Amino acid sequence: MRSTFSVLVENNPGVLARVAGLFSRRGYNIDSLSVSRTDDPTISRMTIVVEGDETILDQVAKQLRKLVDVIRVRDITNDPYVDRELVLIKVNADSAKRGEIMQIVEIFRGRIVDVGEHTCIVEVTGDEGKINAIESALKPFGIVELVRTGRVALQRGTQTVLVEE
Amino acid sequence: MLTGGQILVECLRNEGVDTIFGYPGGAVLPIYDALYDADIRHILTRHEQGAAHAADGYARATGRPGVCLATSGPGATNLVTGLATASMDSVPMVALTGQVPTSLLGKDSFQEADITGISMPITKHNYLVRDVNDLPRIIKEAFYIATTGRPGPVLIDIPRDVSAAKTEYRDPGPIGLRGYQPRLAGEPAKIAAAAKAIAKARRPVIYAGGGVINSGAAGQLRKLAETLMAPVVVTLMGLGGFPADHPLYLGMLGMHGSRYANYAVSECDLLLAIGVRFDDRVTGKVETFAPHATIIHIDIDQAELGKNVSVDIAIAGDVRTVLVDLLKHLTSNPDPAWNEKIQHWKKEYPLDYRKEGMRPQAVIREIAEVTAGRPVRITTEVGQNQMWTAQYFPFTRPRSFISSGGLGTMGYGFPAAIGVQVACPDELVFDIAGDGSIQMNIQELATAVNYELPINVAILDNGYLGMVRQWQELFYNRRYSQTELRNPDFVKIAEAYGAEALRVEKVTEIRPALEQAVASSKPVLLDFIIEREENVMPMVPPGESINKMLG
Ligand SMILES: Cc1ncc(C[n+]2csc(CCOP(=O)(O)OP(=O)(O)O)c2C)c(N)n1
Ligand SMILES: [Mg+2]
Repeated sequence: MRSTFSVLVENNPGVLARVAGLFSRRGYNIDSLSVSRTDDPTISRMTIVVEGDETILDQVAKQLRKLVDVIRVRDITNDPYVDRELVLIKVNADSAKRGEIMQIVEIFRGRIVDVGEHTCIVEVTGDEGKINAIESALKPFGIVELVRTGRVALQRGTQTVLVEE
Repeated sequence: MLTGGQILVECLRNEGVDTIFGYPGGAVLPIYDALYDADIRHILTRHEQGAAHAADGYARATGRPGVCLATSGPGATNLVTGLATASMDSVPMVALTGQVPTSLLGKDSFQEADITGISMPITKHNYLVRDVNDLPRIIKEAFYIATTGRPGPVLIDIPRDVSAAKTEYRDPGPIGLRGYQPRLAGEPAKIAAAAKAIAKARRPVIYAGGGVINSGAAGQLRKLAETLMAPVVVTLMGLGGFPADHPLYLGMLGMHGSRYANYAVSECDLLLAIGVRFDDRVTGKVETFAPHATIIHIDIDQAELGKNVSVDIAIAGDVRTVLVDLLKHLTSNPDPAWNEKIQHWKKEYPLDYRKEGMRPQAVIREIAEVTAGRPVRITTEVGQNQMWTAQYFPFTRPRSFISSGGLGTMGYGFPAAIGVQVACPDELVFDIAGDGSIQMNIQELATAVNYELPINVAILDNGYLGMVRQWQELFYNRRYSQTELRNPDFVKIAEAYGAEALRVEKVTEIRPALEQAVASSKPVLLDFIIEREENVMPMVPPGESINKMLG
């Protein structure tokens, strides 16, 4: 099973090391982890995607809650939520191939954000499926470098993960 | 204006700290300077590991947080085993370390070690203080975190410029930890469900652990057992949580538990697990642990519920608070045949040992007899000595058995005994030791002599790393690889340190030697030369079900 956790943490030095250390020493598999501060600069939100069976996912939530710097933990997998990931792909793009690449980028509602002599950088935002799809679509041209942000997610509507519950 | 060191002392006083165990060095000079005039007793151990275990022993004996102090770099890393030991056994402790000045942090400076990074997985929480104005808040939080919820060690790393900096002391006000709100009470619906399951049970067993002692629930546990007429098995950490002389007591369960304790767990239809964590040394093969039982698990740590064994009713809460609530609801209906069966097992499979020769079990029984009627605290080292003590010393009150359970730290018992004796100056303190383990912190003899602590050390001297040898005998075809010890003359060593010492080689000498030790106001080391290849029995082979015991 794969679960998405929305986690609020104190924006303290070392909080990322605490969370990462917890996952590595207990052998939990992180698919992706993204972290950044929220509108409240003292608080960061992590979106953590974890692979594991039910017992492991239960332990992940409980062990995270034990960390003093962790304020809230919610498994939002079964809630309605919006998730996005952003990818930057530097792809080989000689002038002969550029038109074709631009068409593909168009289909994925992506953008070309940099053009070099032999390469260009494509930016695409979407859910994981879409990101995987553009990656395979561009592969034949030769991907030079690729970076993904990992998933970020928010529950829809009135459901929230906030400090005040 | 006060220095950071003086503010630290002020804060420690506010927390009620009367004693700290420590060892100085460059990075803690401002702290030691403040301690020079302070109304706090400082015990100078001879190794920082000794300071950590002594603080731990102090905490386990009193229930109050133990405090240790070490310098940066090697001083801090020497605390690591002590922190891990305290962490595994949920002991409230605050460790203070010096650190290089903030301007030198991260530069591999002289005696710099990233102790907050190193200790992250073996502390409940830790802090690096970057601003002297944060000190009062951090110290207040550290004590709060260490002593509430599931207790544990908290480390505060203090750079030298922070402890030297001068500022006005300001009270930090109330604690505001958004991510840390330990809960006390159990969910009423869950408690009701537990009461219902208990009412239905015909063959109940109570399985009690260190959580009972930590939460001060020995009285409630006893009332529970007597109300249900349910037999009680305890973990290593639970020894003393239920009186060993009580008719419902079945002793320790698990790898070296009594047969009747393990049989009772294996055949019960209700297992009431209280302040325990289903450690692998307790459960053996986890698939066949308490196979016929509805399991109710009460623990303060939510993460322990369902971690190792899936349970039917899980109640998160302080053991004492939950038991008080549960006791209001109870009815029970045990099958009289269940008690008969248990009595039968007790008669059929008693915990026993061979009587001729110098048997370690006999030494332990004699220690119990010599100290009977007086308040006594027993610490142990790790290995056979620890298991024999657990099996044969009848502990009747909480906090009287003090031993490294989760980490199994050789070298724990003696420095822990120092902390215990400092905390309980009027009580008898024994460290029941192995000849291997005692050598891991034997330098603390100097501390015991220095502070005139009348600790008694009883070495069960088998000339082996006995527990490892036992495994080699049973599972490695008697190939005693690196387990035979050629020991120094322990009597001479103790005497050189200024302690009293006796070697005991005959059964008839055991009693007089112990009487002499108990009467002495000095530290006494007794070197009991025991049967070399005595084993701890019964024993559940690793990975086996707990009702399949050897011996
Ligand atoms: C620090 C540490 N190192 C190694 C071990 C592994 N170990 C467990 S018991 C034991 C033997 C202990 O020997 P001794 O202190 O003589 O006790 P005995 O078993 O003979 O009573 C060893 C080496 C340990 N528990 N702790
Ligand atoms: Mg030995």
